[in-house]
Amino acid sequence: MSYDYDKWLRPGKLPHIWCPGCGHGIVMKGLIRALDICGLEKKNTAIVSGIGCASRLPGYIDANTLHTAHGRAAAFATGVKMAKPEMTVICCGGDGDGTAIGGNHFIHACRRNIDMTYVLMNNHIYGMTGGQFSPCTPTGAKASTTPYGNPDPIFDISKLAIGAGATFVARTTAFHATQIDKLIAEGIKHKGMAIIEVVDDCPTTYGRRNKFRSVIDMMKVLKETAVPVAAAAKMTADQLEGKILTGVLYKEDKPEYCEQYAKVIAKAQGA
Amino acid sequence: MAKKVALIQGNTACALGAVYAGCNFFGGYPITPSTEVAEVLSEELPKVGGKFMQMEDEIAAMASIIGASLAGAKALTATSGPGVSLKQELIGYACIAEVPCVIINVMRGGPSTGMPTGPGQSDVQQAKWGTHGDHATIALVPASIQEIFTETVRAFNLAEKYRMPVQVLFDEIVGHMREPITFPEPGELEIINRTAPTVAPKDYKPYDTSFGDVPPLAAFGSEYRFHVTGLNKAQDGFPTTKAEYVDAEERRQVRKVESPENAAAIESNEEYLCDDAEVVVFAYGSTSRSARYAVNELRKEGIKAGLFRPITLWPFPEKRISALGKQAKAIVVPEMNLGQMILEVERVTKGTCAVAGVNRVDGDPLNPGEIMKKVKEVM
Repeated sequence: MSYDYDKWLRPGKLPHIWCPGCGHGIVMKGLIRALDICGLEKKNTAIVSGIGCASRLPGYIDANTLHTAHGRAAAFATGVKMAKPEMTVICCGGDGDGTAIGGNHFIHACRRNIDMTYVLMNNHIYGMTGGQFSPCTPTGAKASTTPYGNPDPIFDISKLAIGAGATFVARTTAFHATQIDKLIAEGIKHKGMAIIEVVDDCPTTYGRRNKFRSVIDMMKVLKETAVPVAAAAKMTADQLEGKILTGVLYKEDKPEYCEQYAKVIAKAQGA
Repeated sequence: MAKKVALIQGNTACALGAVYAGCNFFGGYPITPSTEVAEVLSEELPKVGGKFMQMEDEIAAMASIIGASLAGAKALTATSGPGVSLKQELIGYACIAEVPCVIINVMRGGPSTGMPTGPGQSDVQQAKWGTHGDHATIALVPASIQEIFTETVRAFNLAEKYRMPVQVLFDEIVGHMREPITFPEPGELEIINRTAPTVAPKDYKPYDTSFGDVPPLAAFGSEYRFHVTGLNKAQDGFPTTKAEYVDAEERRQVRKVESPENAAAIESNEEYLCDDAEVVVFAYGSTSRSARYAVNELRKEGIKAGLFRPITLWPFPEKRISALGKQAKAIVVPEMNLGQMILEVERVTKGTCAVAGVNRVDGDPLNPGEIMKKVKEVM
């Protein structure tokens, strides 16, 4: 299938700000394919982000786009969605933005099961500010603020989303480009909060400090550590050590927030 | 038909004023002493098809109203000092992105948790300078239950007209006080809605100054697609660091409120016995009620006292205070803080008269006797 990338790209806004080798561009292309697959109308599509490299994505997309403050994407998006429930609302951003400063908004958007799709690009680092460690920087890894190795444990974003109540949770990597669009499209079609974690690479601020000689080396790690959920079911705990599960990790049908609130309105109006 | 009259508290009047103004989205977080605003709206908004959301925190509440407003809603949040502190980041966002919304601050003491159930007026400078960066501020300070209703309506009108956040500050005393209110009929008070664009969607720029200092604002989900950011931006809404754009945009955003003609349109004051006043009491909110009593008593004693009561606190009524500073021997500024608006009075009067504060931060209201004593001291 061929996709109409130009249709969804704002004229004159490229080149993007991302460094050579950064996975965010792969994710953006995946997102555009998903918009195409879902047959969305531009006027009914809102893309909302926070702050950081990944959060610059909406500026390139020809839709209603909202580049908010650090961590606040899900909370702004909730306002947009509640005011216009007929719109398709997509959040995007990075791991620090979404799960550190924006952690509270992230988990509560999951809890409400409001009908949005959140594409979270997890590149394990605060890239835009120069490579400080995030809640997703592996323990022991080097960052500009962990010169002796990172003492912090990490968040498993997908597990966090499932625990918080999101009803569609999927994960893939920037290496698995053709899976990105499929999972995002499935998330958009899902009625409720969908989290799509894309494990991503930051060669500039993470790779350099952690002995990755090239972007290809980083991509190889993404390729080799990813295990599809079906395959993982047949593997032992030892075999799964250090791996990340990919594919649809969780899916459940539960009452969606806007629909629930419509019932509140009906009740208040004496229906 | 006789108008509807009720005995209600200030916070209820605020909520009902919001509904009258056409508010259809509330995003909030529980905080004393403002919770009744949320409680009443949780009941009233769905009746008119509006949405009430109790968000996960104060920041989310502010974020949600900006998001809702961009999607075309008339949006409100209500909080108190600690909540406003948390909201400051996104109040700045609403300033630079020029998103209409209303923030209610039922003031208590502070700093920090302070006295949650005690009154205060210590957020009046925070209202102006709380968020970082240069920006214009509109803040209203009603002093009665009736006025809370009408000023909440006016706050929505100003937010929509000037495309920006508008704050309404009333202290806990006015928020929780009960007084009779006469509800205006539908259509009796003017309701202003934001100017929608009329250009072809492909020509729309969200910060197009060819329409004046307040560019028309489209809604997400309409035929107009646009980009919104908290970064400095050009007229098309996209980020820029070009000096000429950044400078022009920053100056315009301040000018739309602070230019003499715009400030005059936003200003609202009550002057009581000021015409021949030799001493003027500058007081706002519940403190102005004590001040009015004090002025009446002082007049009985033959002292030519007057009351200047700003209803719009920001932009500051510079012209009138400057004139009164030349007319009067002294201006007395009672406040439930350690002296905040007195700084503006001093700045504006430039030493043309004596300026003295009367201050209380112990959770008790200023009483008329304290104000009278200070007036006699400065005369």
